[in-house]
Amino acid sequence: MAAKHEAGARRAIRVTPAAWPRTEQRLGWSLCAPAVGVMLAVTALPMLQALWLSLQSYRITDPGSRRFVGLDNYALILADPLWWHTVGVTLLITAITVSAALVIGFALALVMHRITFGRDMVRTAILVPYGIVTIVSAYAWLYAFRADSGFVPGWLGVANYDFFAGFGSSLFVICLSEIWKTTPFVSLLLLAGLAQIPTELYEAAKVDGATARQRLWKITLPNMRGAIMVAVLFRTLDAYRIFDNVFVMTGGANGTETVAFLAYRQIISRTAIGLGAAVSVLLFLTVVLIAFVLVKAFRADLSRIGHE
Amino acid sequence: MAEPVDGGLAPLLALADAATFTKREIQNCSMAKVSSVFRVALVSAAALAGCSEPAAVPTLHWYINPDNGGQTRLAEQCTQQARGRYRIRTALLPRDSTAQREQLVRRLAARDSGVDLMSLDVPYLAEFAHAGFLREFHPQERQALTEGLLEAPLASAVWDGRLFAMPFNANTQLLWVRKSVAEDAGLDLNGQLTWDEIIEAAERTGTTVQVQARRYEGYTVLINSLIMSAGGAILVDPAAGKDAVPAIDSAAGRAAARVIERLANSPAAAPTLANADEGVAQAGFRAANGGFMTNWPFVYTAEAGRPLQEDFGWSRWPAVERGRASAPPLGGVNVAISAFSKRPSLAVEAVACITSPASQKQYMLAEGLLATVESVYDDPEIRAAFPMADLLRESVDEAAPRPLTPYYPDITDVIQRTWHPPASVDQTTPARTARFIVEVLHERRLL
Repeated sequence: MAAKHEAGARRAIRVTPAAWPRTEQRLGWSLCAPAVGVMLAVTALPMLQALWLSLQSYRITDPGSRRFVGLDNYALILADPLWWHTVGVTLLITAITVSAALVIGFALALVMHRITFGRDMVRTAILVPYGIVTIVSAYAWLYAFRADSGFVPGWLGVANYDFFAGFGSSLFVICLSEIWKTTPFVSLLLLAGLAQIPTELYEAAKVDGATARQRLWKITLPNMRGAIMVAVLFRTLDAYRIFDNVFVMTGGANGTETVAFLAYRQIISRTAIGLGAAVSVLLFLTVVLIAFVLVKAFRADLSRIGHE
Repeated sequence: MAEPVDGGLAPLLALADAATFTKREIQNCSMAKVSSVFRVALVSAAALAGCSEPAAVPTLHWYINPDNGGQTRLAEQCTQQARGRYRIRTALLPRDSTAQREQLVRRLAARDSGVDLMSLDVPYLAEFAHAGFLREFHPQERQALTEGLLEAPLASAVWDGRLFAMPFNANTQLLWVRKSVAEDAGLDLNGQLTWDEIIEAAERTGTTVQVQARRYEGYTVLINSLIMSAGGAILVDPAAGKDAVPAIDSAAGRAAARVIERLANSPAAAPTLANADEGVAQAGFRAANGGFMTNWPFVYTAEAGRPLQEDFGWSRWPAVERGRASAPPLGGVNVAISAFSKRPSLAVEAVACITSPASQKQYMLAEGLLATVESVYDDPEIRAAFPMADLLRESVDEAAPRPLTPYYPDITDVIQRTWHPPASVDQTTPARTARFIVEVLHERRLL
């Protein structure tokens, strides 16, 4: 109730476009029209086309067989165990990598925040993996773990063990590479959150005799909630679309296919444009759903913080 | 098109516009006054230097698979021989055969006229031809170009009775054996060897049997040859496209599965088996416990001048059943002309030059990839470089092509999916594969 009231009050103060003079409105529209046009052309049109293609049975190497099939492609996909398998694998990868990146990223953010000696060096070093192209990092990790040329199996004392021959071990390396690559991004976002916490809070807590653990749970984390949520949202949406690591390391073998890989396989390898477009549309809808759920959860959470 | 008179290449080469281009080239470069004796030399120099108006010499774009520079060299030589009628520029495709196809399909589906010629891996010809991506070679051209070609490579370039590409090189696998290991195991490399004998010999001698069993095209090559060596096939009627009937659920299919199952569960299998491509197998064969390997002949040329060459023995690809001749894998590259090329007649000339016996001999010596013209195998230089030339020719000629179907990418994906990892293969695998093939061909399953 209170939240609604507050929002209503805020809306009243803001100057709405409707209140602007007509000429200014026209100017505003004409200024942003080119950008809107470009956005529509490069995002909306391809998406509409994908939607249209997803309702057809169409192979580019067999154009004669093209026909409209309605929602058949969607029915086929949702009934196929492979789709649910890839969704499961993708969710698993997302859960593992996002939570690991969050914990490690938080530790790194603390280091970057607190460090006094060699600060620039450390910050740069931590950010290096983020600057490396995913394909390149995927190859680096692949070669490090390969049974024939890699050095890691030797280090671990399992010289003849092939990490890429089983589901669990393949997924382990895929996640490791993904975590290594994305943790710097998370830590950067968390660092921004850390920097915003007023130092007075810590001083007051110390005066009151709060332990380090209490300060972490009662001050640092609650005050960083916004930054953590942004990090979780961005990383989850990104992780759900994982493709490169799987493509490079296993090529989808050992049941490591993800949803994005499934779309690639139907469209690019199989040239089954209709079926592939339907997979892509479903992938898109899943991402929208995840974003919606997370934003909703965060908003509820944020408003609760406001009332605490 | 020039009028074919005697079916030879001469009429094809005598293009009316060739002279026009030559003249224009000379004028553009202000060489008209130069005495005609030097003209020819100057024209080719001008063509190479891109003198003045480069558009005057039509450029043919040839998309090539990566090699050690052999195709680029042929492109340069053919450009020189064309004396200003055309020039060939090469563009590199990805290393992986599947990725090469993906890029070419994308370009050709978009009717990219920037592709004139392409080096096409043999299994994709049917798909490309069926989709209308390739220019058909006319009967006269076919007659002139295909004289003296080996049977199997020629068959790989024909779809629906029509020639859609020129076999440029062929490839086949042999069984490569460490002579010392074969001696220890008491194997006779000149007689027929079966998979069972080899796996047993490797187990006895503590060595490995290296094959390609990663989830990629090379694994389909292995499985297809195993099935055909047992007297079967993957499909009954590959040409039926979508309605093709699987033949893999048969005694031959199960015999092939038994070989994979046996190897995967044997100490003779390399620990890298499930990720072994040609390079991994080669490295495994070179290792101290290397013993046996099925692989393409490049592994032999790669050993030139190295100590291992002394110990390098070979035999025909292993048989699945004693007494039944094996069906060695057939690989290779065809040169095809895009249906969207703006200069198809010049492209035919270029194909004739690229695939000529002399070019093929040069390519075979430089790259270790086999010629498709039979006469090349009798060349003394080839016989010196490839002591197993006769076995190679015999293997190419009796090789097992992968099913020629427009839906080959689906077929190979299904096989790779159902047969990988090798340790999961059992006697039910062929039946599962057959069911999956039908469902995928009719778009009832994701892949």
